[in-house]
Amino acid sequence: MRFRDNKRVFAEGMRDGIPIGLGYFAVAFALGITAKEAGLNAIQGFIMSMLNMASAGEYAGIASIAGYATLFEIAVITLIANARYLLMSFAMSQRLDPGLPIHHRFIMAIDVTDELFGIAISRKGTLNPYYSYGAALIAAPLWSIGTSVGIIAGMILPVNVVSALGVALFGMFISIIIPPARQEKVVLGLVIISFAASFAASKLPMISGLSSGTRTIILTLVICIAASILFPREPEDPEEEAEELAEVSEMEEVLPREGGIRK
Amino acid sequence: MRYNAYLYIAVMFGVSYLIRVLPFLVMRRPIKNKYIQSFLYYVPYVTLAVMTFPAILYATGSIISAGIALAVAIVLAWTGRSLFTVAAASCITVLIVELIIL
Repeated sequence: MRFRDNKRVFAEGMRDGIPIGLGYFAVAFALGITAKEAGLNAIQGFIMSMLNMASAGEYAGIASIAGYATLFEIAVITLIANARYLLMSFAMSQRLDPGLPIHHRFIMAIDVTDELFGIAISRKGTLNPYYSYGAALIAAPLWSIGTSVGIIAGMILPVNVVSALGVALFGMFISIIIPPARQEKVVLGLVIISFAASFAASKLPMISGLSSGTRTIILTLVICIAASILFPREPEDPEEEAEELAEVSEMEEVLPREGGIRK
Repeated sequence: MRYNAYLYIAVMFGVSYLIRVLPFLVMRRPIKNKYIQSFLYYVPYVTLAVMTFPAILYATGSIISAGIALAVAIVLAWTGRSLFTVAAASCITVLIVELIIL
């Protein structure tokens, strides 16, 4: 029974991984064009994407490789560009069954990306690792193959197609942040504030001199700390939620009866 | 390139995997504090929003095509279209707008 459940969830993950994988393919293609300019071949691009699964992080790394960086510089830029995954993994670890065997923790950590995190965390209750495995099984190869194809074929593409592919990544980001913004006023406010603050930070003296990765970290920390103090959310514990719901439905049953007595 | 490409790739992998795996190993018990939970809930939306704007405006050949693509993506996402539809539509928008204006 449990195994069947995991199989179904795995299939759901694969299904949800398809649109993400197709988006990844397009974005990775653009990444491959940059990787070729930095001197990476198709096999190196494939391995890099398979192991890293990070758009911004890989872009930053490739740019640094092209810029004759030391290994220490590569480590620091990767840390900064990918620091948000620390927070995402942290959020995911909070939603795991405390009894989950440790090998699942090691495997789940490999493919924590913005989108795969987004689809996993938006599901109800504790996270089933098989959902993430299904999604990653589709998305990771498409991301890696896309990088290789970009390295091999990128130079053939006309300029306007390369230009159009430039927004693919951002289109994906928007499709993740907008639906919850529509449902929750606080998230909508945060998205607007984040846009404005990020724009301001890119123009202001001093701050605009920082790398975009560093600006992203600083803005994320400042805005999220302020938001969590000003607008704390009620706990998302599924058991507590279920209890609350049960209490509400009990009250609904009681109230009409009381009204009936009065009549 | 200063070193062998595989050396660079190994360093990138080591750092990004450590970032991802450490929270999974350290945080074995759920945190009940509602401020920390709220913080973690808000992080991905704020990070992605910060990374998207204004960077998207400089991601294409023209700030106009990128701006229109941004608007199209927001409208489509608001009306509940899938991730792939939103990403593809923004790319196609850039293609069409640049055909007209450039």
